[in-house]
Amino acid sequence: MSAPAVPAGLLRRTFRRRQARIGAVLTLVVVAVALLGPVLGPLLTGYGVDDFAGRPFRPDGVAGTDDLGRDVLTRFLAGGGPVLLYALAATAIGIVGGAIAGMLAGYSAGDRTSRLDSLIMRGGDVLLSFPQLVLALLAVAVLGSSGWLLVLVIGITHIPRVARVARQATLSVAGQDYVLAARMYGVPRRRILATEVLPNITGPLMVELGLRLTYSIGYVASLSFLGLGVQPPAADWGLQINENRIALIVTPWGVLLPVLAIAVLTVGTNMITDALAKESADTTGEAPA
Amino acid sequence: MSSTNEAGTGCTIECSGLRVATTGGREVLHGVDYAVAPGEILALVGESGSGKTTAALAALGHFRAGLAHTGGSIRFDGHTESHEDLLTLPAATLRGVRGRLVSYVPQDPALSLNPLLRIGTQVSEVLVAHGYDGDVDERVREVLTDVGLDCDESFLHRYPHQLSGGQQQRVGIAAAFANRPDVVVLDEPTTGLDVTTQDLVLDTVRDLVTRSRTAALYITHDLAVVAGLADRVAVMQAGEVVEAGTVRQVLTTPEHPYTRSLIAAVPDLDRIVERDTVASGADAGTPLLQVSGAGKSYGRATVLDGIDLELWPGECLMLLGESGSGKTTLARGLAGLLDLDTGSLALRGEPLTTPRSYVQLRSVQYVFQSPFASLNPRRTVAGSLEVPLRHLTDLDAPARRARVVDMLGQVRLDETFAGRYPGGLSGGERQRAAIARALVTAPDVLVCDEVTSALDVSVQAAIVDLLATVRRELGTAMLFVTHNIALAREVADRIAVLQGGRIVEQGTVEEVLANPQHAYTRQLLEHTPSMAAVR
Amino acid sequence: MSLLTTMIMKRLLVSVLVLLVVSLLIFAATLLLPGDPARAILGQQATPERVAALTEQLGLDRPAWERYLSWLGGVLTGDLGFSAATQGPVSELLGGRIAASALLLVLTALISTPVALALGTWAATRRGTRTDSALSGASLVLAALPEFVIGVLLVILFATSVLQILPSVTIARPGEPVWARPEQLVLPVLTLALVVIPYVVRMTRATLSEALDAGFVEMARLKGLPERTVLVRHAVPHTIGPVAQVLALQLAWLAGGVVVVEFLFRYPGVGQALIDAVANRDVQVVQAITLIIAAFYVLVNLAADVAGILADPRIRHASGGGA
Repeated sequence: MSAPAVPAGLLRRTFRRRQARIGAVLTLVVVAVALLGPVLGPLLTGYGVDDFAGRPFRPDGVAGTDDLGRDVLTRFLAGGGPVLLYALAATAIGIVGGAIAGMLAGYSAGDRTSRLDSLIMRGGDVLLSFPQLVLALLAVAVLGSSGWLLVLVIGITHIPRVARVARQATLSVAGQDYVLAARMYGVPRRRILATEVLPNITGPLMVELGLRLTYSIGYVASLSFLGLGVQPPAADWGLQINENRIALIVTPWGVLLPVLAIAVLTVGTNMITDALAKESADTTGEAPA
Repeated sequence: MSSTNEAGTGCTIECSGLRVATTGGREVLHGVDYAVAPGEILALVGESGSGKTTAALAALGHFRAGLAHTGGSIRFDGHTESHEDLLTLPAATLRGVRGRLVSYVPQDPALSLNPLLRIGTQVSEVLVAHGYDGDVDERVREVLTDVGLDCDESFLHRYPHQLSGGQQQRVGIAAAFANRPDVVVLDEPTTGLDVTTQDLVLDTVRDLVTRSRTAALYITHDLAVVAGLADRVAVMQAGEVVEAGTVRQVLTTPEHPYTRSLIAAVPDLDRIVERDTVASGADAGTPLLQVSGAGKSYGRATVLDGIDLELWPGECLMLLGESGSGKTTLARGLAGLLDLDTGSLALRGEPLTTPRSYVQLRSVQYVFQSPFASLNPRRTVAGSLEVPLRHLTDLDAPARRARVVDMLGQVRLDETFAGRYPGGLSGGERQRAAIARALVTAPDVLVCDEVTSALDVSVQAAIVDLLATVRRELGTAMLFVTHNIALAREVADRIAVLQGGRIVEQGTVEEVLANPQHAYTRQLLEHTPSMAAVR
Repeated sequence: MSLLTTMIMKRLLVSVLVLLVVSLLIFAATLLLPGDPARAILGQQATPERVAALTEQLGLDRPAWERYLSWLGGVLTGDLGFSAATQGPVSELLGGRIAASALLLVLTALISTPVALALGTWAATRRGTRTDSALSGASLVLAALPEFVIGVLLVILFATSVLQILPSVTIARPGEPVWARPEQLVLPVLTLALVVIPYVVRMTRATLSEALDAGFVEMARLKGLPERTVLVRHAVPHTIGPVAQVLALQLAWLAGGVVVVEFLFRYPGVGQALIDAVANRDVQVVQAITLIIAAFYVLVNLAADVAGILADPRIRHASGGGA
């Protein structure tokens, strides 16, 4: 008999939780490094991103030199941009595509004459039969490595996963009487989806957004780490780990700095996501203990 | 651990000064007292949010998540053992009390029976857990027979989903009575059952309580049920018992204003209501809405089977049917929410088209059962009311705005409600807003589908009043769909009785109530609980 | 036919269809490949005659649908194609590697499943306590980390910088089976287990919590049943279906996770072969491996769904083949 949880002020309530605030601080620290690093790096260390500071894998400077003798700290400070940018773009594709596909599928699920639901969901099943990374590898093998190809592939592989969640949420909303009422008043489908359904499924969609962002960061970084994402000589955290891991014993910072940055970033986004999920599942409206 | 009953009140269970608060610190029970003697049924009556379930579950030493006991005690004095305060017992001792000395019959058997366990197990486990000294299988059969169920092997091996709602509830009662407890707490055990089944379940309870001298605490919102079942009654409001006494005393000479308002709100078949007569039949000209040969099937199940019905201008027709009768399907078919398979619908003699024209959509409007689901929680009340105006009329924004405010006034909601969200409204206020939305296009026909069944009794009475007023003021004809025949005199001019997808009886309220022609109507009238039991 | 068999047959049919479309998709991907596959295999120095000969031998002059059918036929009979890099059949290249990867998967599953189920159950029965929040926090952090991050941190911890007790990479000589030196399996398996366990813990805790909040569990407690019976008889059976799904999903996920982990530890498995093949653009090998991984994925999910169907008496004891 009860209506679904209303996510009015969901973000505000989420950030009342300590966990979400810690997550936000962690995320912001890494984002700040990624945004300011390219400017600050040369000022702090005196080396440009592609400058050679000395012989390879020497403990010179703050964090040593990398496989080609460039300054590790400078390259670390400059290397956060690609992973953030690509991950955000891939997440956006996944969420927008998934929300639209899921809402259309969920909304037409009740309609016996429409095959849209089974069409969308079976299509999704096919994409779901590949691990996301493996499908990205298939694309790289065929089309060669490029940043925007990765964004597209990771984004597309998010779509069926987001669509499942959006469809489930839409199903529970589409059965509500207020949607039926809107249909009775002759409101067109696009408008029903935009004004009756979407505002009532923002909770699960926000959770998906956080989850997909965390995963996107992981996938983009992983592909660069495999040498199949961002290509040299660009500065990128995943690539930097790949380049420096053979000298882990001699100059660990070349691996450790980017690993820690990625770890802090994903932990931060995941903490916010988890707080969002807890908050949107909580219908009591009472303040967290 | 045990002590004799020195106070000597003779009551099996006695709750005194019970205080319960949420873990957030808000108090929900402010010192509740009740006591039940052996063989007696105490009805704990209250509307939603009154704290009646919390007060009753305390008798088993149980508080739901988020609630904590902050004061008061519950003394237990049974046939074989006594406890000074159930609420201070160690967990292991309390576990030994639950299901053996004090047992519980839950509100919704569909949620309280484990869907993965067989019926036999769910009854026998309560015997096994308390070391029943006898043949467990034999006792299971015995108690199932007591509640009027089969007790053969095949029934014991069934799963809950293979039983009807009434059977499920009786399994719950059987499990509660299996250990011959001293106290049974029944939490609205007939919710969702049709009147005939409800009557059977109530008979069973009465019989078991009398035979085994059990003290029964019966939680309900329905005063008519109380009148026919209980010995004493305690009326709860907002976490307090405001009045208690024998059923006759409380129901015939209520002292507290809240009790009086509750009693006044109970629909009563025998109350005489003054109403203007509305012309119907041949002398009224063309029927406003005419249904002929309406039919609808889902797969092999026929839901509606050749319905013929007329609604005359300005009248209110009660469409009476129990769950599964097809009443909601018919109502939605009339409102254009779903397409009927066969038959024709005509509005003022003009056939209704599929899909309906804007004029037709404006003329026939529908109010949903639950106001908690029929308003978009993310829209303001005014926003929801504007939807039909924007899509079905040519009114511009200021005109729509004026019409919305006007309509809110019509349903007795002041202007401040326009900007509020449904989440901040009570059930009654939401249903008023929903009714306003249905009336905003000035329809000729208003289809009201069980519009009061999700509401408390006092709110139900207010909504019924409102509908009558609005109809008088606007002259709208109404199809009032309900399962509750007791509302007939309060709302309707004529009744159509729907059973199994067919109309079995039709006539004016006077004719049908005084001289029911069909056996099914007679059965409904006979089993409907009535306050008359105490008069 | 009973509802049970109908549902399982339906589910089976869906899996077969999905696999068929998957194979079509993988084959179609190669059509996007720029340039001449035969030249790609032979290299830029090859004479036009040799290229033409190979084109005919590989059937590249035939229409696409014919090539798809013969490729699919080959896959079904164990002929996975021809590797440009090793100049030999793909099946030869993959034989030992499949066993090596399977070893990783099986070891990880055997270790992580009981640990994760136990931790999840333990946390669900102690909701709100300090140990529960500590466990939730730890699994939240671990669940966020990409597998290579966990792997690198473990290497730093156990192989290079902090302790030096385990090999940081696979040290087996070519041809020697990976299990000949068990110590080299520890870090890859530990990495995979640490990635899988937090998910299963969280899901187990969530499903069991939901079951413990259900009306029938409250009723069981009000019947005075011992807490152990409440848990084992009333709550746990409700988690079998969902938890089987999660386990399957994790196992299926491992099939993707091994790619990164094998690369990190230079472990001679299918994942390492996939990376090499992608780097070399050895398309037939990529095709074969993606198909194998997808098939594994589909089969594991099928098994989980069937387990879920079998665990539900509402399906097992439904009368007739109704809707």
